[in-house]
This record gives sequence, C-alpha cells and structure tokens, in this order.
Amino acid sequence: MEFRPFIAGPYTHTSRSTSKIMFWVIVALLPTTVFGLGLYGWPAIYLFLTTILSAALTEAVCLKLAGKPVMSGLSDNSAVLSGWILALALPPWAPWWVGLLGGIIAIGLAKHVFGGLGQNLFNPAMIARIAMVISFPVELTRYVAPRPIFTDSAPGALESFKIFIGSTTLDLDAMSSASVLSHAKSEMSKGISLTDIFGPDFPIMDLLIGNTTGCLGETSAALILLGGLILLTTRVITWHIPVAIIAAILLPASIAHLIDPGRFMSPAVHALAASTLFGAFFIATDLVTSPTTPKGQLIYGAGIGLLIFVIRTWGAYPEGMAFAVLLMNAATPLIDRWVRPRIYGRDLKGRPLPVNKKTKPRPKGKRKSEMTHTTEATKTEEAN
Amino acid sequence: MRLFRIRGGVHPNERKDATKDKAIVNLPLSEKLFLPLQQHIGAPSRAIVEVGDVVKKGQLVAKAAGPISAAIHASTSGTIAAIGPHPVPHASGLMGRAVTLIPDGKDEWGETMPPLSDDADPKDIANRVADAGIVGLGGATFPSSVKLNLGERHDLDILLMNGAECEPFLTCDDRLMQEHTDELIQGIRLMARALGVKQTIIAIEKNKPKSAAAMEAATQDDAGIQVVQVPTRYPMGSEKHLVHTLTGRETPARALTADIGVVVHNIATSFAVYEAVKLGRPLVSRVLTISGGAVKEPKNVRTALGTPIKDLINFCGGLTEKPQEILSGGPMMGQPLRSTDIPTVKGMNGVLALTAKDTQRGQTHACIRCGTCVSVCPVGLMPLEVMRNIQNDQLDAAVDTGLMDCIACGSCSFACPSNIPLVQNMHYAKGHLTAQQRTQHRNEEAKRLAEDKIRRVEKEAAERKAMMEKKKAAAAAAKAAKEKAAAEAAAKEGGDA
Repeated sequence: MEFRPFIAGPYTHTSRSTSKIMFWVIVALLPTTVFGLGLYGWPAIYLFLTTILSAALTEAVCLKLAGKPVMSGLSDNSAVLSGWILALALPPWAPWWVGLLGGIIAIGLAKHVFGGLGQNLFNPAMIARIAMVISFPVELTRYVAPRPIFTDSAPGALESFKIFIGSTTLDLDAMSSASVLSHAKSEMSKGISLTDIFGPDFPIMDLLIGNTTGCLGETSAALILLGGLILLTTRVITWHIPVAIIAAILLPASIAHLIDPGRFMSPAVHALAASTLFGAFFIATDLVTSPTTPKGQLIYGAGIGLLIFVIRTWGAYPEGMAFAVLLMNAATPLIDRWVRPRIYGRDLKGRPLPVNKKTKPRPKGKRKSEMTHTTEATKTEEAN
Repeated sequence: MRLFRIRGGVHPNERKDATKDKAIVNLPLSEKLFLPLQQHIGAPSRAIVEVGDVVKKGQLVAKAAGPISAAIHASTSGTIAAIGPHPVPHASGLMGRAVTLIPDGKDEWGETMPPLSDDADPKDIANRVADAGIVGLGGATFPSSVKLNLGERHDLDILLMNGAECEPFLTCDDRLMQEHTDELIQGIRLMARALGVKQTIIAIEKNKPKSAAAMEAATQDDAGIQVVQVPTRYPMGSEKHLVHTLTGRETPARALTADIGVVVHNIATSFAVYEAVKLGRPLVSRVLTISGGAVKEPKNVRTALGTPIKDLINFCGGLTEKPQEILSGGPMMGQPLRSTDIPTVKGMNGVLALTAKDTQRGQTHACIRCGTCVSVCPVGLMPLEVMRNIQNDQLDAAVDTGLMDCIACGSCSFACPSNIPLVQNMHYAKGHLTAQQRTQHRNEEAKRLAEDKIRRVEKEAAERKAMMEKKKAAAAAAKAAKEKAAAEAAAKEGGDA
C-alpha cells in the first residue's frame, strides 16, 4: 500500500487567486493613473514611483523582520497596490519625502504592526494620508493646476526633479491652485454664497473629464468610473459599497441643496468632485478592511457616505473621504459580528426553525422575525 | 414549475465532456472480487459464509446487522477464498473486513427472489429493497429501505428523485437516465408506492438536456411525475437545497427533509429498486464513471461490486501519467483512495485519477477577507470566521458560528482565492468535537457506574447492618427469653423445693 500524507478535498479549485485580484485592481487603476501622471507631469511621476518603491521596500523589510518569506509576500502585489493608491491620493507635486514617509507609514505602521496582510484594521493608504495631512498640512494641501506633460506650462524632467527634491527656484506657492472643494470651503468662510462661488458657468464637464486641480489620481470622474466598471466586471468588488456610498452622499446632499442652494453644495459637485468616486470604488472597497457580507457592506458604505457629507458640510476639512473610511473601518468588526447571513434552517437568532409539517413556502423577501411580528400583531388586535 | 433560489454555490469546471457521450459498457469479471462488510452507513454486515463455500451470483454472503445496516450478496458465482482485512474505501485509509470471492467464470445466478407486481403491498416493496441490500447509490449509502419506510412516521407528500449529478466529471447518472429510462421510471413508481406519496419530482441539472428529454418523454402521460430542470450550480444535489429549490420548503436545522414532507432518493437507486422488485435481483453491480486527466480513455462502466479499481483503470487504457490523487466520487466531496487494490462498493459513483492540473492545488496565502467564502456558502455561514475560531482552538465559538450546520460541500475551499483549507479545518473541528463528546460521554458513563457502585455498596452495607442488628436483637431476645425461662425454672425449682 502506498502511503502519503492525506490532503482532504475538494480536489479542484477556482482559477481566482489573491495575486490575480490585486492584478485586476491595478489594471482598473491604470486609466486614471496614466491620466493623472500626464496631467501633472514629471514631478507627479517621481512622486508616484517613490511612493510605490517605498511601500514595496517597507513590505520587504517588515517581512524579513517578521521572519516570513519575502519574495512570496511581495508577489501578491498588495504592498505595491497600497503604495499606488496612496500616491494617487497625494497632491501631485508633493516633495520626495512625502512619498517615502507615506509608504513607510502605510505598510510599516498601518499594516505590519497589525500582523501583515489581512490583519490590519484600517486602510493602510488612508492611515498614511491622514497621518501626513495632520503632520504636514502645508505640503499636503498645496495643489497645482494641471500642467500636462510635454506642454509649455509643464516643467521639464530636470526642473521637475528639482521641484521633487525641494531645491527648485520656482515659487511653488505662486503656482498653487485650490481644488473645487477647498475653494468652496474658503470662499464660504468669507461669507460668500455657494450660488455665487459656483456660478452658472461652473465647469461641471471639467470635473467629469478631470482637467481640474486635485489629487494625483482623483480628478477624472469618467476614468475612475471606467476603473470601477473593470472591478465590477472582474468581480473583484460587488456593487454594494460604491452604490451605498454614492447614494448616502447624494440623498442628504440633494435634500439640503434643495432647501438652501446657497449654503449646501449641489449633489453633482459632491459626486464628481475630489475623491468621492475614487474612494467609493478603490479605497472603501479595500477587501481587508471592509465587511464581508453584502448587507454589512451596504451599512458600511452608507456610513461612509453620510460621514463624507457631514464632514464636507460642517467639518473643518473640505474633503472627508479618508476620515470617513477610517471611522467606518473601525466599525467593520462590529458590523461583521452583527450583520451575518441567516444560517440555513435557523432563524436570525440561530435557533432551529420550528418543525411544522408541510409548511407553505415563505413569501419571498419576508423574514421569519417579520412574520412572527405579524402574527403577534394580529393576536394583539384580536385581544383588543 | 416555479423554482426557489438558494443562496451561494459555485461553478466548478464541469469536465463532463470526457464521458457524457460514452455509453455504459460492461466490465469483464476480475480474477478476485473483494466485498467489504461495510458498504453502507450503519453497522457492518455479519458474514454468513465460510472460507471454501461455493456461492452463486446473488447469494447472500453477509446479513444486515441491525436496523441501519444492509445485506451483501455475491456479485458472481465462485468460491469464498478469505474473510479478513483488505484495503477498503474509507477516509482513514485503514483496512476493513472483506469477503474475498474467486469467480468461477460462469457468472451463474442462484435462486432469485420472485418478482413483485406493480400493485404490491408498500411494505413488501420496502422489505424487498432491504433484502436486496440496496443503499443510497449517490454516495451517502444510507439503507434505502429505511428511507422507504419513512411514510410510517412522517406525513409525506413528495418523492424527490435526485438526478442533479452536480459533481464535476461524473456522468453515470446522466447515462443511466438516457439508456435505462423505462427501468428507472418503473423503479421510481415502486418507490412512490412504498412511500405512499402522490407526487414525484425528478430533478435534473440543466447541463443534462438529453436525460431530461428522455425522462420527460417517458413520463408524459403520468400526472404524478414531473421532470424539472434545475440550475447547474454546485451543490444543487445537496438534499436540503434541492428540496428548497423545488418546493420552497426549508428544512429546519437538525431535522430531516421527511419532517417537511419530502423524501429524497438518488436516481441511480431507482434502477437498483427496479432490478430487485421486478427481476428479484439483489444489488450486485453498479454503474460508475471512470475519468480524470490521468485516465487514458475515460468511460462509464457497469461493474460487479468488489472489482478492484486497478482493473477499472486498466479497462480504461490505464493511466497516462502518475495521478496526484485517485478519488472515489467527485472532486468536490469525493474521498481519496490510498490503493488501487480497493474494490468498488455500492456507494462509489466514480473513480477519478486526477492530475495536478485537475486539482489546481495552490499554496496557501493570508486571508484578505474578500468575503468570497461568505458569498458562496450555501448554508449561510461565514467560513472565514468559523475558521478563525477553529485556529484559535475555540471550538465552542466555532459551534456558535455554525460549525455543525456546515454540510461539508467544500464550496468555500474551492472558491478561496488564498487557497485556505476552510472545509478541511471544519472537518477537523467536527472530528475533534465528536472525539471530545465521546470522551465526555465515556467519563460520564464511568462516573455514573462509579456512583451506582457507591450507592450499591452503601445500600448493601446498610442492609448488612440492619440484618446484623436484627440478628443481634433476635439473639438478645432469645437470650433474654432463655434467661427468663431459666429464672422461671429456678423459681419453680425453688418453689418446689
């Protein structure tokens, strides 16, 4: 008789793998990435590469320190992906140390301190971004207007490198520009009505195409949507989180805007400006830090959407995606504990269903608990 | 017919093309047949033959030992050469007791049982099925007669014939439905009669249109039998899920489908029922699929039970490469076979020789909490959570999160992009819990016996004490009486004096 270790079934497996999932996320990121790098030119390219390299190196060092296999850990592309998303959420002309530090914080502090891939509670890229926004508010809020690469307004490769390492003679403050949301916030603080800030000639198309001031990869709503579609068709994500986020922003935003258009931004600006779509499709959907059940994902997404609306409307920060995502990340374990699928043959509390012979099929979409409710209600009525 | 949606499920690569158009062929008799005494769920059968006995085909060689057990018959005529340990298909890989039969080559039937008529008494049909040693041929191997008697205690209204055949590679039921349609229908009618139900549903997955058409054509005029095509989705063949899909009735946890009025039998079982009732023949052969990437010419064969699987593989042109795994059953829930000396048994619906390319076994990576396992679980578990509890050795928490509701279909492990052995860990945890319970039961039993003994000893001691006191009292009384008598006598003597 031939002896070998037993490996139990199943003896077949899907062709989907972790590294393939990461690969598809990267493919989905490509359109907006290429657009953003072209829009902001060489400094953005330097920053992008530095951030990714920093994230990958930090991953390698942490794996080594933890005594885990380095190459197989790197081969799942998760660190590259975190660095990539972080880079796209940074001001495009941020100096080199922003990318370097960002990568170290994202991977070292937000991921490996928790135990590495799959163990982190918070989205690594967003932890890094928030840590930097709070620590270095000047560099992290200094945006430039688009200067597409190879155009006259764009700095060359060498001049860009000087900007990147911080030894440029150019006056960066003079070149800076405000993103739509921060512009609106600062103007409103001067007491100007939103209807005057966003006049009738407000370039809503620019937001869609992406020819605006903003983070490296967050400007083009159309290309981000394309990426989102790629994620949905390759089934890396489901519709629940993005749809819940967008719906939860649009609903209160629409109501508020209808009540007072001078004080509340229009839902279109909310949806298209800044990181709304990028966050909804690429950041909030991070598998590790979001709930695992569809219902839980709807709650999580709705929470993010509402928080974004609240932060943008009443908070000190013009944006709000990063804070909203981190707050809901913290709620994820709770959501996963409370919102779970009903186990087959049991009610929502886990008790076996009653054995009543030849039960009629339950009406679709009606829960057991609701049904008991109805019977109780009828009983009370009868009693009365 | 309206179908009801069930949650979860996966779509493994079907791989049925290799054999789905291959007609069933009879396998020549092997030089030696091995009949394991445990081919069913329940107690092993008791051998009633001895070494050297000459038997005819269909002759009883082992009797059912208890209510959940099954008879075993000689698959051909020949001589009993041995009764003892032999490699058997069992998850442990250990040997089991088997009867070795050397065929005489004549394949001569002994005395068969008299055929029963279509309007036979339901009880007689069930008894015949028991006498023929028929068990569920889909792989679960539960004695069929027990399930045909369920009408006694349950209010049944539907017989559901499971022709889903949702496991990849397997096509034996598909072929049987096309080639032996009439026999199957006759068997099904007999089973419905035994159960006393008016409605029968034959469920066939949509990837078997030829079978569905054949069965439909054969049951056109019978209002009591419906052929329904169900979506091709693993694990559609799971009993509770199939019932739910077709009737919308949900089996409560820890209950049987019979509790909600439905009895499910595998479609292949009805063929065995037909042979037993109509021809008087016990279950001595079965149809199975031999396939897998390492098999040269995959086939559907009808083989005598007890045929070593190496003979099956050789009949199919042998192996083209060393297989990574040889399985009994399908790749999702099949059992690995450790030796090709293992014989075919009643519940074996396929022998698969799988290559590394077939099994797609990959390296395990960290869980990225993608939730795929949650979305594919047909039971509504969160396998990643159950797994975490098991790995932290918190089996009670694992039970609280639904471990015991797991039907072991393997969808989670199949779909996990990180190749995490989810269902395997659940198997482990269930086994561990069973062992724990057994130990606990044994401890409780020992404690009970010990307490009983203490009580008995105390009782005996008390009884002894009581007896002693009684004796003492009696002795004292006797003594007192004697003294009294002596005193009286003395007094009398004195008086006399």
